[in-house]
Parts: sequence; C-alpha cells; structure tokens
Amino acid sequence: MTDVPAPRHIPDRLDKPLSSAIFSWEALLVVVAVAIFAINSFASPYFLDPYSLSDLTFNFTEKGLIAFAMALLIISGEIDLSVAAIIALASTMMGMAVQAGAGTPVLVLIGIVVGLGCGAFNGLLVTRLGLPSIVVTIGTMSLFRGIAFIILGDQAYKGYPESFAFFGQGYVWWVVSFELVLFLIAAVAYWFLLHRTSFGRRVFAIGNNPVAAQFSGVRVGRIKFILFCLTGLMSGIASVLITSRLGSTRPSIAQGYELEVITMVVLGGVSILGGAGSIVGVVLAAFIMGLVTFGLGLLNVPGIVMSIFIGLLLIIVIALPIVWRRLRGGR
Amino acid sequence: MMAFLKYREVWLAAAIIVLIGLISTRFPAFADPANLRQVFNDTSILMILALGQMVIILTRSIDLSMASNLCFTGMVVAMLNAAHPAIPIPLLIIIALVVGLVLGAINGLLVWRLNIPSIVVTLGTLTIYRGATFVLSGGAWVNADKMSPEFIGFQRAAFLGIPVLSLIAILVIALFFILMTRTALGRSIYAIGVNPTASVYAGIDVGRTKFIVFCISGMIGGLAGYLWISRYVIASVEVANGYELNIIAACVIGGISIAGGIGSVGGAVLGALFLGIISNALPVINISPFWQMAISGSAIILAVVLNARGERQQGRIILRKVEAA
Repeated sequence: MTDVPAPRHIPDRLDKPLSSAIFSWEALLVVVAVAIFAINSFASPYFLDPYSLSDLTFNFTEKGLIAFAMALLIISGEIDLSVAAIIALASTMMGMAVQAGAGTPVLVLIGIVVGLGCGAFNGLLVTRLGLPSIVVTIGTMSLFRGIAFIILGDQAYKGYPESFAFFGQGYVWWVVSFELVLFLIAAVAYWFLLHRTSFGRRVFAIGNNPVAAQFSGVRVGRIKFILFCLTGLMSGIASVLITSRLGSTRPSIAQGYELEVITMVVLGGVSILGGAGSIVGVVLAAFIMGLVTFGLGLLNVPGIVMSIFIGLLLIIVIALPIVWRRLRGGR
Repeated sequence: MMAFLKYREVWLAAAIIVLIGLISTRFPAFADPANLRQVFNDTSILMILALGQMVIILTRSIDLSMASNLCFTGMVVAMLNAAHPAIPIPLLIIIALVVGLVLGAINGLLVWRLNIPSIVVTLGTLTIYRGATFVLSGGAWVNADKMSPEFIGFQRAAFLGIPVLSLIAILVIALFFILMTRTALGRSIYAIGVNPTASVYAGIDVGRTKFIVFCISGMIGGLAGYLWISRYVIASVEVANGYELNIIAACVIGGISIAGGIGSVGGAVLGALFLGIISNALPVINISPFWQMAISGSAIILAVVLNARGERQQGRIILRKVEAA
C-alpha cells in the first residue's frame, strides 16, 4: 500500500504542463518570430522598409507595456481583466481635463494617477476582502467602462493639445518612436524587477505556493496589492499613449484589449496557473503578435481573420511542448 | 425556516423582489405579470447560457468562447436558412446543437487530451471561432429579409400563452436541474470542483468529465446561437461581442464560485434574471442605458463581496441528507 500510483488529469499546481518546457520556451518563440519575419519579408516588398518596420511597433507597444505588469500579476496567481476598462476611464478623465483647458503635463499626470487609482481599487478588493481576482476584475471592468459610458454617452472628446500628440505619434530618433523607447525601457525595468530582485523572487514564490510563501515571511497581500497597482499604472500609461495616438476619446476605446494582453502574456510562456514565466518571453510574444498582425495587414487580411491566426498561434505554441513530450515519453 | 435562509438562492430571490419593488415605485406597470413575463422572455437566452457556463465553472474551468460559438453557430443556421428556406426549424435547431457541440468538443479535447488550462484554450478559440464566422460569411450580414418567416416566427409563437423562447428556457432549466441533482454526472461535476484529487481516487475520470462538460456548454452555445439570431434578426460577425463576460457575470451574481464546486441551477437562473431585470428596467424608469454597465459592474462586485464569506467555507455538501441523519 505504500506505492499509490500518481493519478492523472489532476490540475494540481505541481503538475504544471509548461514548467518543464519553460527553459526552451524563448528559443521556440525566437524560431516562430524569425519564421514569421521571413514569411513577411517574402510576402510583401514593403515590409523591410524602415518606416514600415517602425509602424509595426505601434501594433504591440501599448499592449506590451501592460503585458509586462500583467505577466507579474499572472505569475503571482492573479489576473486583471479590467485593464482595457482602465484605459477607457483614464482616457475619459483626460478628455474631461482637456475640456477644462488642462495642458499636456496635467493630462499625463491624470492618466497615470487614474490608472494607479483603478489598480489600487482592484488590489484592495482582492487582498483586503480575499476575493478571486478574475471575478473582481470582471466587475470593475464593467464598473470602470460603465463610468466612462456615463460621462461620455455617445460622444467623443477631442481637442487634445498639439504637444500631447508626441506620446503616441512622436519619434525620438529618426524612425524610433517614443512608444518603442518606452516599451524597451519598461522591458528592461520589468526584467530587472522580476529576475534580479528579491521582490521578483517573492512573486514567483507566491505563485508557486501562496501558503508556504506566507509562512516564509513573504507579505503576500502587500505584494499582490503592489502588482495590481503596477498593472493599473501601466494601463494608465498605455491610456496616455493610445489617447495621444488617436487624438480622441470614445467610450469604446481599447475594447477587447484585456484578452490580447493576456494572450501576449500566455504566449510568452507565463503559466496561467502562476509560478512560472519570464519577461524575455513576453517581449518575444509581443514582437510575434506585432509581426503577425502587421504582416497579415500587408497582405490585406482583415483584422478579424488575423485574430484566427493569433488564436491558433496561442494554442499551437502552448500545445507544442506538450505534444512533443508525449511523443518522446511514448504515451 | 431558519435553515431556509442559509440558501443563497433565497437571498437572491429576495433581492430580485426588492429590485422589482423599487422599480415599480417609479414605474408601477413594471411589476405587471405581463411585463414580468416579457422580462423573463428577454432574459431567456442569458439564462440558458449561464447554465451552460455554470457546469463549466463548477469543474474549476471556464469557457470564454461561448459568445463566439453563439456567433458562429448563429451565422451557420442563418446562412442555411437564407440559402434553403425549406429546411424545417426543428432540423435547424438540431444542426445548431450539433455545430455547437463540435465547437465545444474542440475546447474539451484540448483541455482533456493536452491538459492545457481551459482559460488559455478558450481564449484561443474565442478569437478563432469569431474569425471563422468572418471567413464563413465573407464579412457579409444576413438580414431579416433573407430569413424565412418561420425562422423568425418560431420562438415568438405562443404556446399556452407563453412564447416558445420562454418555454425552451424552462425546458433547459428543467434538464439542468435533473442533470445536477439526479444524475451521476451532475454529482461528478460537483465532486471535481470540490476536490479533483479526491475525485480521481473516487473513480471519477476528471478529464473525460471535463470533456463532457465542454460538450454541454458547446451545445448550449449553439442553441443560444439560433435563438439569438432569430430574436434579433441579424447575423453578423459582431453578434454577442464581449458577451462571454456577461454570462460569467450572471453566474457570479448567482453565487457560483469561480473556484469551482459551489453553485446551483437556481442560482445561475436568478443571477441571469437579476442582470436581465437591470437592463430591462433602466430605460423604463428613465435612467440612461449608459448607466447599465456601471450598475451591473457594481452588482457583480457587491455579489462577490457578499459571497466571499460563504466561499471560505467548504464546497457544496453532496450528501446533505445523509449528514443530517
């Protein structure tokens, strides 16, 4: 009776399907990225143009910024579905400020503060009341976007100052956009935070076993609260970029972004069950999603069909290591 | 009597009665039986969908692809009807169920055979199914004038004074009630949600049960596809965009724990009714429909906060009667 056979099909935290493949995940993503890059450059002669490549980056920089913070949140075992609604609410507040005659620095400040506030609200509900984050953020998703709808109705705010346009449309150097620079800086910052600090190690610890982490002296609630604040903050920054790029605010702004951000994070090799993942993977996944949508755009494939490719890519890339292991394992 | 108050459904039903009472102070005709019947009819599709989602959530999974399944299946039956108006409606409904079943089975197989978390699988199929709708239709719409009168009229026909749509909802509720309370499958679904490891040792095939559950939710999505299209008489890629979260919201308000194992058919139905009443009442009492999202969001958060205490306790006690004895 000592040898109880290990039961199969148990969604246990120790039985993470991805964790053993995670070390080669980035390699897999690089192969995918290079392949899509090659296909793109054969598919269209305009693809390799520097300006066209620069345009490509706008496809992922805004969502990618949120994806970094979301990656940490998902590694810690939580999720935030309200990020797109935070963008809408922050953008609406910026729009109201513009109507009141606010200047660019005030607008940026409002975007960041509203994002941070929304994130803190999520974090408080999840940590203080011990509620499941997927449910809390479905609620706040409706709440935040609902407030945007109440304020805006069916109208749009326009008339953003000219200097505000820099954030979403400006270039820092030749074809390098401000958005791309921000994306790269955030990538390095989040890589450092997650992989080189004790804070990052605690995030992994919480995702692997929150109870053990708590007993080891990790302040689980506080760290999760900080992660929700970070996700809100990044959504606020993304809101500034998107509002600046579009030059207007509508209540439907950034609709559906939450799922694209999560797709990016999961494609980047972050386990949806928590406890595993890397920033490099998320950066690569962001590039891949940008490459796919841009390449298909060059081929005049409609946006909705691109989503098929993103969905297929997600499932195939996740399934690949599992199928591979099955075949090698011979079962 | 006091034991009666322990059930979440009782509280939810009370909340709904209070809600109707509050609305009727502003607009007395709202509490009219005829109007309430109308509200029930308007909420039927959401109730059906919430029940499909409920069995998924009970097993600690989630189906984000339900609204996309609805959209795809709806397009299939609408195009079939436009091309061959002679196909009888019952056959079309069977086709909708089968198409939905296939889409659900794809989700289920990926979850079962490859052991990919359901949230990832259905996140992928959410976009794939909606994209497939575009490929199928070429981006075109199927309008009311292309649909046959029977296609549109079927669910509006009244039987014993009740619209067929409401009758279908009642039938689905009854079937789910039997499934969850009188069958081994229903019992396994609860068991998996409460403790998957113990379920394996109890001889339940967790993977296969999850597969079956995804097939059920797929069929529900397909059924809702026909109902939705014939109700709103337009089939397009945009149909029910983002609706998956409304469905989950209805479940959450209905007290179904996202952590699995806790919830009931009555809860899912009442949760959907709660959302349905809010969306029906707002225009009637002269509140801008733009308030709808904020109000339902607040309702979800409130419901979760109220649920939180109950969820810390253990899951649904399957052998309640035995324990009481």
